[in-house]
Amino acid sequence: MMEFPKNIDIPLDVWVDGFMDWVLGTFGGFFDTLGTGILYFLLYTERFFLWMPWPVLVVGVGILGWRVMGSWLAGLGMAGMLFFVGALGLWDLGMMTLSLVVASVVISLAIGIPLGIAMAGSNVFQAVIKPMLDGMQTMPSFVYLIPALMLFGLGKVPALFATIIYAVPPVIRLTNVGIREVSSNVIEAAHAFGSSYWQILFKVQLPLARPTILVGINQTTMMALAMVVIASMIGAKGLGLEVLLAINRVEVGRGFEAGLCIVFMAIIIDRITFSMASKKRA
Amino acid sequence: MEKIVIEALYKIYGPHPGEVMGMIQEGRSNEDIMEKTGHGVGVVDASFAVKEGEVLVVMGLSGSGKSTLVRCLNRLIEPTAGRILVNGEDVTRLGRRALRNFRQKHFGMVFQNFALFPHRSVVRNVEYGLEVQGVGTRARREAAMKALEQVGLKGWEASMPDQLSGGMQQRVGLARALALDADIMLMDEAFSALDPLIRRDMQDELIDLQEKVRKTIVFISHDLDEAIKLGDRIVLMKDGRLVQEGTAEEILTNPADDYVARFVEGVDVSKVVTAETVMKKSGVMAYMKTDGPKAALRKMEQAGISSIFVRDEGIVRGIVTARNCRKAADRGEKSLASILDTNIRRVTTDTPASDLFPLLAESTYPIAVVGEDGHLRGVVVSGSLLAKLGEMSQTENGNGTQSES
Repeated sequence: MMEFPKNIDIPLDVWVDGFMDWVLGTFGGFFDTLGTGILYFLLYTERFFLWMPWPVLVVGVGILGWRVMGSWLAGLGMAGMLFFVGALGLWDLGMMTLSLVVASVVISLAIGIPLGIAMAGSNVFQAVIKPMLDGMQTMPSFVYLIPALMLFGLGKVPALFATIIYAVPPVIRLTNVGIREVSSNVIEAAHAFGSSYWQILFKVQLPLARPTILVGINQTTMMALAMVVIASMIGAKGLGLEVLLAINRVEVGRGFEAGLCIVFMAIIIDRITFSMASKKRA
Repeated sequence: MEKIVIEALYKIYGPHPGEVMGMIQEGRSNEDIMEKTGHGVGVVDASFAVKEGEVLVVMGLSGSGKSTLVRCLNRLIEPTAGRILVNGEDVTRLGRRALRNFRQKHFGMVFQNFALFPHRSVVRNVEYGLEVQGVGTRARREAAMKALEQVGLKGWEASMPDQLSGGMQQRVGLARALALDADIMLMDEAFSALDPLIRRDMQDELIDLQEKVRKTIVFISHDLDEAIKLGDRIVLMKDGRLVQEGTAEEILTNPADDYVARFVEGVDVSKVVTAETVMKKSGVMAYMKTDGPKAALRKMEQAGISSIFVRDEGIVRGIVTARNCRKAADRGEKSLASILDTNIRRVTTDTPASDLFPLLAESTYPIAVVGEDGHLRGVVVSGSLLAKLGEMSQTENGNGTQSES
């Protein structure tokens, strides 16, 4: 009596499978091309970070940290942590992870900021997008790793794809919120002086929403970094793969080293982007 | 010349304004319409004109539709029906792009809450209007600096708005509207958010500024004193409808209905009422050339007065008293010259009644009210002034006729 009736069974799984088959059959070529494009973008990013001499990056991060956080001690700390990654012998893996993060953040922003702007402009669009964003953030990532694998095959591209799905919601949400929070009085004034839609967007809304959008970028970056570890399971090389190997082989020390490097990189990226977000409103 | 003409303007808020129009024609009240249909009535059948170079104050309590009305002029709010002609062009028919151009060219706007751009420095706020027009950097900076100088904010151009006091922020708002060099200024409760002292300063400065720039100004206010001070003419609104239109004095001395009368009640009438209203119209005067002391005495007796103004070559020269006339007549003098007291007070017909009190206090003679041509129009004696003012403050039940609505 208390059991849910067995004869009510929506075959959603069958539908989704059918849908995936259809997508693969119809758009297979499109996803191949898209995958190749993303792959090249990713490869060049990675090549850039691996090419860059380590002292340049360490000193660069130190100076950037000092400038945006306004304390040379903080800059020194940032540089020190990055140096530590190299000192553990994980520099190249760290750079691969970093390039995956940078590439996915760049693509996330390119998708997320325009979507956030569109969402702020239309209540209907917001109502449609919001549940999708909730889904992207709460759906266990393995669930969409599988279709990503089917679309792009093993390797970096599905990893990037999964990372973007997971990381893009904050920047969309906060762009939306930031623009909606701009005082309607100010918008009205801009209209009264004969501004066009684009003028209002670029001269009033985006500048005023900037602090909020920067917080969104910070969150997106952090989530991307969290995701690349999981993404290593489908073939993205980097610190995540190192952790995965350590787990498989029960090598506690090796896992700890890689894990610590991820933490350090997270701290560096977070502090620098966060300081940028809060500082620009002087 | 008429700059703005508003014809049968309606604004109804809600999804089906057409249905509500009928109810308005039936004379249903706004509350009734709101309850039955959920539609808000903003402006009903507003028709009036604004002349070039004048300050028209649209006055009413909150919810009277005055802010809606002013926003209909530049279509920040779309009117439901009616026409708005600016320089003969129908604003309601403009397409999006044409409307933007029209706003850029013709409307400067100042807002109650200032509505400055918080991320832009003072000078970049002021040049915003020119920036969206595509004016070059140097030209717009120059215009902005000039506008800032006009409102007395020279030297503050690099500050951010939140570093300025309320009064200074509104000066920036004013400069932003001035920099456009638009011919019409829309001022929506521009000074209402300022504290009373600063508000008064800003009003004075606006009056000074208007002398120089001669814009056509539509000023929204809920403050009758402000309306009287700034407005060449006043339009009074209630429940979205125009109740009365006229000069301050017309509205005060002849309120169209109870609503206007109640509005008017709190006002210091002596500031608004002019000498012309409180004077005794008197044609009786003596003439320097023809009248001697005896003739002057006779005129005084007939009019029942104790002193008489003396006129020569068309202007009021002075005054003679009955007592001095008697003495001169006894001495056998034939002219008023020896007893003429030239130490009299002359005021013009538009002098506020409040200015008359000190003059009456320091002189025993009546005050001569003269027209611009110097001719005597009437006299003010202390008794008649007080009686007239007393009478006016009691016009609670306005007995005037409905002017225009």
